[in-house]
Amino acid sequence: MCFQCGTCTAGCPSGRRTSYRVRKLMRMAQLGLKDEIVNSDELWECSTCYTCVERCPRQVPIVDVVVALRNIAVSEGHIRANHKVTATNFYKSGHTVQINDKIKAQRKSIGLPEVPPTVLSNKDAMAQLDKILKATGFNKIVE
Amino acid sequence: MAKYAFFLGCIAPLRYPGVEKSTRVVCERLGVELVDLEDASCCPAPGVIRAFSKATWLAAAARNLALAEAKGLPIVTICNGCYGSLFEAAHELNHNPEELAKVNKILKEIGMEYKGTTKVYHFAEVLYKDVGIAKIKEKITNPLDYKVAAFYGCHFLKPSSIKELDDPENAHVLDDLVEATGAKSMPRKQKMLCCGAGGGLKAAFGDVAKEFTKTNLENMQASGAQYIVDICPFCQMQFDTVQGDLGYKIPVLHLCQLYGIAMGMSEAELGLSAHVVPVKL
Ligand code: SF4
Ligand code: SF4
Repeated sequence: MCFQCGTCTAGCPSGRRTSYRVRKLMRMAQLGLKDEIVNSDELWECSTCYTCVERCPRQVPIVDVVVALRNIAVSEGHIRANHKVTATNFYKSGHTVQINDKIKAQRKSIGLPEVPPTVLSNKDAMAQLDKILKATGFNKIVE
Repeated sequence: MAKYAFFLGCIAPLRYPGVEKSTRVVCERLGVELVDLEDASCCPAPGVIRAFSKATWLAAAARNLALAEAKGLPIVTICNGCYGSLFEAAHELNHNPEELAKVNKILKEIGMEYKGTTKVYHFAEVLYKDVGIAKIKEKITNPLDYKVAAFYGCHFLKPSSIKELDDPENAHVLDDLVEATGAKSMPRKQKMLCCGAGGGLKAAFGDVAKEFTKTNLENMQASGAQYIVDICPFCQMQFDTVQGDLGYKIPVLHLCQLYGIAMGMSEAELGLSAHVVPVKL
């Protein structure tokens, strides 16, 4: 487990540019300071670059911890407006960005099908994904 | 040469169609057979969707893995995000019967099952290991004299404990792949620094993400690079869309587009009009 050496913070590109300190976050998680963590902006300042994970001498799965903490935050309703847009795109179309007429035209002009052969091309496939998203509670995040 | 299920993801087909197109053409020339993985969804994005709900991320990824399993094919991705998600989900499900059983309970509702056999590859890995530099060199008809900033992105090599592709602090695979076209991969400072877009950082704090990108651009400019070559459409979108604001204009190409140029594909086919920073050949 984490022994607070600070190696993670030393290499963290986000920590260099913001007030986010990954070592502090790991400590707060160990101390169970849940409310402080889920209410903080810092929780969302990690880019999941894995630099810290590569260098941690104790093999703390730091990104997994960040993800777990974010899951708790989201389940308690802490989700940013822009993240909600991404989540909604995924929920509605199965993709994190939307297709539009310009893209369709561009795809066609270079010899690709207007709509890619993904869930976007098959209503049944989208219905399958939709069931999965409901079964795992993703609809609650979006609605 | 092996056959792969081609996983498109979101950003390539829906923002940079030239990346999809050039991958199809380049793979054909190199004898790599791509079979469309029809009906696939977003991987789903590791930094955001997994951050919102790991259960959703894993189940939706399992559906993608099961689609490939039904075809009896390994997956190839052209995006570090897709590679990160699908590789890590497969790693978890292929090695953990309990997690697999949980996910299969959900997949059963849609009449699917994942047995835990799908392997996931990044196209750069396929080019390097399956095709090989020598064969790539044979297929280059239009050698390039570009000076290139090779951009690895984070989720290609890391976490290296499960990926085992190259040394994540001192990698060479992408440099070798770039140089196979005749181009020169320019050495630079902080080469492995994240583009800044991942983990939902771009959406949550765009200005912070831009600061990451800015440091990268400074180092790239100082190295004398004329092009940025990435292996991830998400990194590509970050470099391509924020440079103007920062006062830079280094064109950004996906490795498959670089290969497309070196194999004589036309500007139109490469989809260069989708790029914000103009790419002139
Ligand atoms: S998480 Fe690892 S690197 Fe960071 S302080 Fe703890 S032991 Fe050190
Ligand atoms: S994964 Fe997150 S916490 Fe770790 S070094 Fe990268 S930005 Fe910092």
